[in-house]
Amino acid sequence: MAHALAESHEEAANDRVMFGFWVYLMTDLLMFAVLFAVYAVLQGNTLGGPTGRDLFSLPLVLAETLILLTSSFTCGIGMIAARAGNKNQVLTWFGITFTLGLMFLGLELYEFAELIHEGHTITTNAFFSSFFTLVGTHGLHIISGLLWMAITLIYVLKRGLNKHMVRKLTLLSLFWHFLDIVWIFIFTIVYLRAFV
Amino acid sequence: MKEFLLGKLSLRALPHEWFTIGATVSFLLLALIVIVAITRLKRWKWLWNEWLTSVDPKKIGIMYFLVGGFMLLRGGLDAIMIWLQQALSSGSSQGYLSADHFQQIFTAHGNIMVFFVAMALIFGLINYIVPLQIGARDLASPFLNTLGFWLFVAGVIMVNIFFMVGGEYAATGWLAVAPLSGTEFSPGVGVDYWIWSLQISGIGTTLGALNFIMTILKMRAPGMTLWKMPLFTWGSLCSMIMAVTVFPLLTATLFLMFLDRNFGAHFFTTTLGGNAMMYTNLIWMWGHPEVYILMLPSFGAFSEIVQTFSRKAIASYKSNVLGMIGVSAFALSVWLHHFFTMGAGANVNAFFGLMTMIIAIPTSVLVFTWIATMYKGRIRFATPMLWFMGFIGTFAIGGIAGVLLAVPPVDFQLHNSLFLVAHFHTMVIGGVLFGIFAGLSYWFPKIAGFRLNERIGKYAFWCWLSGFIMAFTPLYVLGIMGATRRLDHYDASTGYQPFFIMSLIGGIVIMIGVALQIVQIIASFIQKRHLLDITGDPWGGRSLEWATPSIPPPYNFTVIPTVSSRDAYLDLKSLGLLKHDYEDIHMPRSTASGIYISAFAFLAGFGFVWHINWLAVLSIIAIIVCVIMRTFNENTEYTITAAEVEKLETDRIKKLLPAPAGNNEDMGLREFVGIVIVWGLNVIRTKPWRTH
Amino acid sequence: MTKPKNKRAPSNHVGLILLSLTGLGMCITFLLQGVDVALFNPKGLIASEQHRLMIISAALLLAITIPTLFLLYFFAWKYRESNEKATHDPTARHGKYFVFSLWAIPSVFMLLLASIMWPATHKLAPQKSIASSAKPITIQVVAMRWKWLFIYPEQNIATVNFVQVPVNTPVRFDLTADETPMSSFWIPNLGGQLYAMTGHQNQLNLIADTPGDYPGRSAEINGAGFSGMKFMARASSQAGFDQWVRDVKLSSGALDTTEYKKLLSPSKNNPAALYSQAESGLYDTLLKKYGGTHGQQPDQAMGHE
Repeated sequence: MAHALAESHEEAANDRVMFGFWVYLMTDLLMFAVLFAVYAVLQGNTLGGPTGRDLFSLPLVLAETLILLTSSFTCGIGMIAARAGNKNQVLTWFGITFTLGLMFLGLELYEFAELIHEGHTITTNAFFSSFFTLVGTHGLHIISGLLWMAITLIYVLKRGLNKHMVRKLTLLSLFWHFLDIVWIFIFTIVYLRAFV
Repeated sequence: MKEFLLGKLSLRALPHEWFTIGATVSFLLLALIVIVAITRLKRWKWLWNEWLTSVDPKKIGIMYFLVGGFMLLRGGLDAIMIWLQQALSSGSSQGYLSADHFQQIFTAHGNIMVFFVAMALIFGLINYIVPLQIGARDLASPFLNTLGFWLFVAGVIMVNIFFMVGGEYAATGWLAVAPLSGTEFSPGVGVDYWIWSLQISGIGTTLGALNFIMTILKMRAPGMTLWKMPLFTWGSLCSMIMAVTVFPLLTATLFLMFLDRNFGAHFFTTTLGGNAMMYTNLIWMWGHPEVYILMLPSFGAFSEIVQTFSRKAIASYKSNVLGMIGVSAFALSVWLHHFFTMGAGANVNAFFGLMTMIIAIPTSVLVFTWIATMYKGRIRFATPMLWFMGFIGTFAIGGIAGVLLAVPPVDFQLHNSLFLVAHFHTMVIGGVLFGIFAGLSYWFPKIAGFRLNERIGKYAFWCWLSGFIMAFTPLYVLGIMGATRRLDHYDASTGYQPFFIMSLIGGIVIMIGVALQIVQIIASFIQKRHLLDITGDPWGGRSLEWATPSIPPPYNFTVIPTVSSRDAYLDLKSLGLLKHDYEDIHMPRSTASGIYISAFAFLAGFGFVWHINWLAVLSIIAIIVCVIMRTFNENTEYTITAAEVEKLETDRIKKLLPAPAGNNEDMGLREFVGIVIVWGLNVIRTKPWRTH
Repeated sequence: MTKPKNKRAPSNHVGLILLSLTGLGMCITFLLQGVDVALFNPKGLIASEQHRLMIISAALLLAITIPTLFLLYFFAWKYRESNEKATHDPTARHGKYFVFSLWAIPSVFMLLLASIMWPATHKLAPQKSIASSAKPITIQVVAMRWKWLFIYPEQNIATVNFVQVPVNTPVRFDLTADETPMSSFWIPNLGGQLYAMTGHQNQLNLIADTPGDYPGRSAEINGAGFSGMKFMARASSQAGFDQWVRDVKLSSGALDTTEYKKLLSPSKNNPAALYSQAESGLYDTLLKKYGGTHGQQPDQAMGHE
């Protein structure tokens, strides 16, 4: 009786945490919404200087997008493994996801470095302020996600794949997919639209 | 090297003006007294274990009340300074404050009252009462609860520490509109302190709102559907859904201003493509829903109070709930009415005017449901009901003023005038604050175990109401005379001065009311045994919180009741279904992680204010480490066995004292003064500070 | 629960309250003697219309509020605990007509008010030119820290903290600002305010119908010198205005770039100043200085639909 009670107690707690995390993701989305709105208003304020059309490299951005989309896919496979209780598969597939995430980050840092090298920084004008902030905030989220992933994988390695770990991986994968969705918006509204 | 280590900090930042020195000395003295007292009473361990690290929403609620109450005094002091300056500074007199200082004071006054008083007291009430009302033992996440509280405290420290380090606060008005708040026009650290005190406590609010929503939606007692929830819980739910929607907007906006100021970005600057009008839009998209966030829990509290003291269920539960939902939904569509005069076209202005008028509809519905509840009721005018009566009258007048302001051409003449100031103070004092006072006096017996002195409570109420009317009616008049707000000086020919003096006198009456509230609390403590609440239900309540003893045990209920109607407790009472079973109870452990994370958050903010980048970066890393450690901590709960629960309950009942015999009345003011004099003479005679 | 000892009858409370409120009202009325209650003292068409709108809206709102408050206090008195005669019915359930009227009554009032508000907002849009047989004049207004610069492009004169206009003539104020946070241009006797912001031009149309001196000021806080940022608006006859323009042209001092730069540096409580001529294109130059938001044309008048 006590055991069943404890289990239902844990289930209820799980349910709450999942729901709470969704609400948190909505708040994060709202923050991004502000950054998108700001970008929409300020993107034309280049004061005659170079615009996105002049500066963005679509092949690079396409590569970033494919990498991130793939990482979401591998993350999904990792979750299937987690629910199946397969520790090695989890480590493999999330390991691949981590690597792809790192590659995405590398490409983005390269893009930023190029721009800064050419003299375009957050202080140049409103367009660059909003570009660097929107894309940069997404990048910061990616870094957080990667850090979260690394630590979680270390714990999975050391403590094994128990129910707590599966729940943590579920939340992590939700976060990762969320970042992917935000990237789709960035890809469309920032990069593609510059060429329309 | 020095610049790397200390950023913009220098000796010049230490207090060197009369008001910063005065404030610093006062704070340090206060801190010293508190520290010495706790050390003398050897209560550090108790304080840490029982209160500071507690995750019990009842304890956290009380801590919110204490900090919020303290900040009410600080904000009230700011108000007196504003009243004095404006009453004095006419014609050849410049008052006693410089213009810049005066502007800092009203900015701090606004921020403190909204963020650190109203939000704090509301969070305190929701923390304490909502779990009891829905039959839950705790909030969904005890950790987020304590974290939210301590982040709030970090914000409080940030908004007070500027006296001691830096000597200036923002001088821009409480929302620090751009470009006035940019580095071009506000180069000092004032606006940076503003940003970080709001940013840190704002994140605490978002986490808290998230927590409350999870709790209300997922942890109600079996049988309590949404349509059976008590109205205070509904008000809190609507308020918190709004909070979780709009506080992220504030976080993002403050972040952008931080980038402008610290990194030279151009979001809101006057040059290089910045758009200051965008800041106005963003900040008010948060700012308007914020005032409804403050208002809705008060609405909920009033609904409870009207029902209990009319001894009748609310006239139309569904209309009341839909009214609260309607207000919340439309709150997100009216923000532009704060800047009709910025130059939008007639269609835009008219649209937002229309939306504002639409919000008046659900608000009126709420008022009507309350009045209809009183119809054929049997009304008892205890203090909470008096606050309700005061609220409706003032709220109605403030509401008229508000809908007037919603007509754009009228607003062109009233925008930024003292009419506007009178309107929003009517709403926040007459609406929010009276609601908080009503709720606090209504639920005080539950929280403290004894009820408040009714006699002095009524005096306090009348002082507040009359003081408020006397303080703000002249401001409405001044607005119609064409007086602008935030003036540190005006010509004698305007004829403003007598009205400012009248307002000051009203302010003094309000301060007497505040003093009487403090006296009321002390007098209630003195007469505790006479005022004891033994039954747990001193007013004849209808909802579940009254089913618990006053003060509820840490686990709230021994067994979660099953609910079958809206007046859950009333029905349980009449059907005799109050159970006394015992079962194992899982309780969350106390934790200090909330304190540590908030301390690092404060340090990070401080680092950003003074451009001490290594401090900011290291603090953020420390926060991440703390969060990781907490989330991977699997030992966060403990169990109280059924046998232990039984023992706790029987012990508690044994300790309950019977009511003292005799016709003890609530003490009046004369008695109180007498007691204080006798006590004072005793202290002087026995000199307890000489003993060890 | 013990009852308080000296429980005053409700009628005592009501009497006391009414007495105090009357006293307060009398006090305020007395203090208003000899004071210009600007919003009730319109001196031009726009202000008159706004005043009328204020009264009508307030009347409509009072029409719903006063009966509501009366009902509240009446119920509070009638159904008080000590009144044995009142019926107490804790199970009273109100029917669907009740719920309907709960929502219908405020909706009707708000609909009425909105139907007044919408056309009025269009009619009184600040950007809307005022129909008149007289030829309108344009005055360019630059908000600075912490004074107001007025440039008369047609008359080629400029003033600081003083503006004179002929009566019964539509005046178009083109508002902008230079090196100043958002300011708000307001002459309460003549009409509502409008913001003056760097890089933007806002258009405010006003007209005076009575000669006189009307105080004006910035209604939006913009720094330490905010309270001193006031000016005087004088309405005179057409002849008076023409004479004044001639007098200003004879005064010394021209508003050239050097003088303008001097004005730009922050100063408080500036006395009124007159300039016999204004360097041409000064206003347009300073609009372009902020590059507009697109780096090409400076922002034109806001509020085009």
